[in-house]
Amino acid sequence: MATILELRGITKRFPGVLANDHINLTLNQGEIHALLGENGAGKTTLMNILYGLYQPDEGEIYVRGSQITVHSPIDAIKAGIGMVHQHFMLIPVFTVTENVMLGEEPLRPGGFLDRAQVAKTITDISAQYSLEVDPSALVRDLPVGVQQRVEIIKLLYRKADILIFDEPTAVLTPQEVNELFKIMHSLTDQGKSIIFITHKLREVLDVADRITVIRRGAVIGTTTPAEANQNTLAAMMVGREVDLELDKSTPKVGESVLEVKDVVITDDLREIAVDHVSFDLCSGEILGIAGVQGNGQTELVEALTGLREVASGNISLLNTDITHAKPRKITELGTAHIPEDRQRDGLVLPFPILDNLILNTYYLHPFSKGVMLNQAARFKEGEHLVKEFDIRTPSALLPASSLSGGNQQKVIIARELSRPIRLLVASQPTRGLDVGSIEYIHKQILAKRDTGTAVLLVSTELDEILELSDRIAVMYRGKIVAVVSAENATKEYIGLLMAGVHPDQLEPPTQTRKAITTF
Amino acid sequence: MATTATIYHRGMLAASPRRQRIMGAAFLLFGVAIWLFFIRTVQNPNEVARYAMTLNYEAETKIPDWIVPVLPAMYICMGISFILGIYQIARGFKRWTNLALGLVVALFIFAFLTRETAGASISLAGIFYLTLSSAVTLTMAALSGIMSERAGVVNIAIEGMMLMGAMTAAFIGSVTHSLWIGLIAGIASGMLMAFIHGVLSIKYKTDQIISGTVINIFATGLTSYISTKFLQTYQYLNEPGVFEPIAIPGLVKIPFFGPIFFNNNICVYIMFVVLIVLQIALYNTRWGLRVRSVGEHPKAADTLGINVIRTRYMAVLLSGAMAGFAGSYFSIGSVGRFDNLMTGGRGFIGLAAMIFGNWNPLGGFGAGMLFGFADALGSKLTILGSDIPTQFLLMAPYIATMIVLAGVVGRTMAPAADGVPYEKE
Repeated sequence: MATILELRGITKRFPGVLANDHINLTLNQGEIHALLGENGAGKTTLMNILYGLYQPDEGEIYVRGSQITVHSPIDAIKAGIGMVHQHFMLIPVFTVTENVMLGEEPLRPGGFLDRAQVAKTITDISAQYSLEVDPSALVRDLPVGVQQRVEIIKLLYRKADILIFDEPTAVLTPQEVNELFKIMHSLTDQGKSIIFITHKLREVLDVADRITVIRRGAVIGTTTPAEANQNTLAAMMVGREVDLELDKSTPKVGESVLEVKDVVITDDLREIAVDHVSFDLCSGEILGIAGVQGNGQTELVEALTGLREVASGNISLLNTDITHAKPRKITELGTAHIPEDRQRDGLVLPFPILDNLILNTYYLHPFSKGVMLNQAARFKEGEHLVKEFDIRTPSALLPASSLSGGNQQKVIIARELSRPIRLLVASQPTRGLDVGSIEYIHKQILAKRDTGTAVLLVSTELDEILELSDRIAVMYRGKIVAVVSAENATKEYIGLLMAGVHPDQLEPPTQTRKAITTF
Repeated sequence: MATTATIYHRGMLAASPRRQRIMGAAFLLFGVAIWLFFIRTVQNPNEVARYAMTLNYEAETKIPDWIVPVLPAMYICMGISFILGIYQIARGFKRWTNLALGLVVALFIFAFLTRETAGASISLAGIFYLTLSSAVTLTMAALSGIMSERAGVVNIAIEGMMLMGAMTAAFIGSVTHSLWIGLIAGIASGMLMAFIHGVLSIKYKTDQIISGTVINIFATGLTSYISTKFLQTYQYLNEPGVFEPIAIPGLVKIPFFGPIFFNNNICVYIMFVVLIVLQIALYNTRWGLRVRSVGEHPKAADTLGINVIRTRYMAVLLSGAMAGFAGSYFSIGSVGRFDNLMTGGRGFIGLAAMIFGNWNPLGGFGAGMLFGFADALGSKLTILGSDIPTQFLLMAPYIATMIVLAGVVGRTMAPAADGVPYEKE
């Protein structure tokens, strides 16, 4: 196979960090080459260098054997390199046509945009690579999976033949992921070459032709799916053996802790986000809420923790009505909350770590004496929790913003789980974290459940839901469409429910869960 | 600045059943108000109001005055308001709600005008002529805001740019004895202020509201100083004259509208040209698509090879040119000299017109005409000698602005990246 792209000795330094350390990489024509690594390993930096968003400090880039310099995305586009960004680079209020043509607009006489010509090109590309999309639709009206197709069409419209996919599956349902993999194969069948960036082991094994693992900015090795398995890849990524299988005992379900009855919640635009939702949650069990991002999970969690007004219905915690209760009351009743956006809602980033550790207890004994804070107690608690929860920092007096994502999450976990609690609401607890931190947080959540805490786990990562939950509720367009016990849940079945297929149209799953997770 | 953008968004959102009922109740209230304030206070039931329909009596096509019997006219206005209100509560006008609201407000204003004119005469054509004249500055200010914010830079310095434009145009116009050179100087001064705003907010990523405020304060101080120190002392420095009206042959003969729209000075025609060109350019040219992309999602534009920084500078400079033009219209387009603080907050009303018009040039023009009408109504009634104190009448455009911004506005959408400085990673 012909080498179409070669990176030689790419090095990039940021202040204090060596983001890319003499990275060598080759891409063959027609292959899918996976770039595997944890968050912060330097994958995205490398691709941004290739796409001209950063300049490398050292190293050379060769396309089809000749060296190129990439000073800006224009140079990359000219060299036939295109990128599907993790956060789509689409303009929601523009049509598909306008998004595709932007930057390379054909004109009609008189200087007017030639939308019709672009629409026709889009239709042709759609047909050639089975990327179905309506050129005149507004992007904001399209589902995420279709928006991604628009991103791909943008590249093909620019005649790119080296395609970079940066974490493309993060926002997709399992069905959409399968669809995407088909599209990727159809692209390589027609001569395109793909670099596929991800941190998900299973996807790599499913779709890649070759796998290059990156850790701390350096290439650890290149392998193929035939030679590797999840455990070896995880070990390469993290640098030590990782326990991928969780030890999970059968739940000891106790009395009902949280009752949600017929709750309706509106979003910021006053549109209904949670639509007559009811469920119960008992002590000692984990209820997983599965669903694609934006189906009402955020609003539901905010309402449960007192951060959002409930329009109608009832929420009660340990037989106390908390429908309109203030967040502090809900906290005092024994609720812990791991918020979805840890930097915005979970921490006060400029505050020292030790103050972040007592954000919900600072006004209580022993942290407060009258109107004054008890400095000694504050320091003692800070030191203690940093040690107990293994928060990696030189000092608890440093601001929370100085920590890595995983350690920031540990601060929140330490604050929330170190008090006696009855209910844990964990929203996207491992989003954007590395395999090691994920392992740690999952174990903490399971430990809490085993000591009789009721856990509500909201996650868009279906693997996480399946691994941890005892029961799984699927949310779609603000409704809970089904509640399935974990033994009966398969990835396929839950995925279809997440995509909006009505449960009555589905055969109940027959496979047992074990068979699925170990494939 | 992100917070301003969010403030723009908040409280301007979708129709709900509650909003429908509140709106209906408001319609009914307008009806009640017509009865309470106008009908009940009529002394002589047979009084008539006389509306003059021609601008000047030498015009070739003369329309006879419109004579309106006061009491029946007001009863009709009240009746229609009630019918619309009941329909709105029972069924709702859905997406026509704002149109219905506009109609009810128009009826109320007509009833008010008729009541004020009872037993006397007022020139309806004159009100519309004044409306257009006032709308020229408001529309240009709105277009200036649209130009800048469509590319993602909030420009609240329009007021200051207008003041500078007005003063520079008057001064240079007087010195050179050329209105055209004055106009060009006025536009250039607006662009100079815009360049400062651009450097502060694009290059140094200063908070755009603060940068704009600083420019407003600076312009107020500078123009006041120059005006007091020089323009008022040496009269010959402040006698630029005004652009004379140019009648467009043929069109000016259209009954009623002809003399209003087609017998104006060159500034008014330039405003219409800019309006139409901007409307088409924003939505149908490469330039417009790129400007809007930079205001919506600069990073996306950047990844496609569009120069975000250059696009924003260009948009802000054009915005300054438009504001400078709007200011020049004050001094050399209508009054014929520069007065201290003569723009009187019109730059800010222009921004309100921009929001009300949903960041769309034609919408901005419509809103500008609306606020211009409030302005014209205030001035005309002052001349007519209304019972209402002059001070209150002169508040009309500002009150109209507040009411419109405080909740009448339906769903408007600011450009997504409006006010957010662009930083490459």
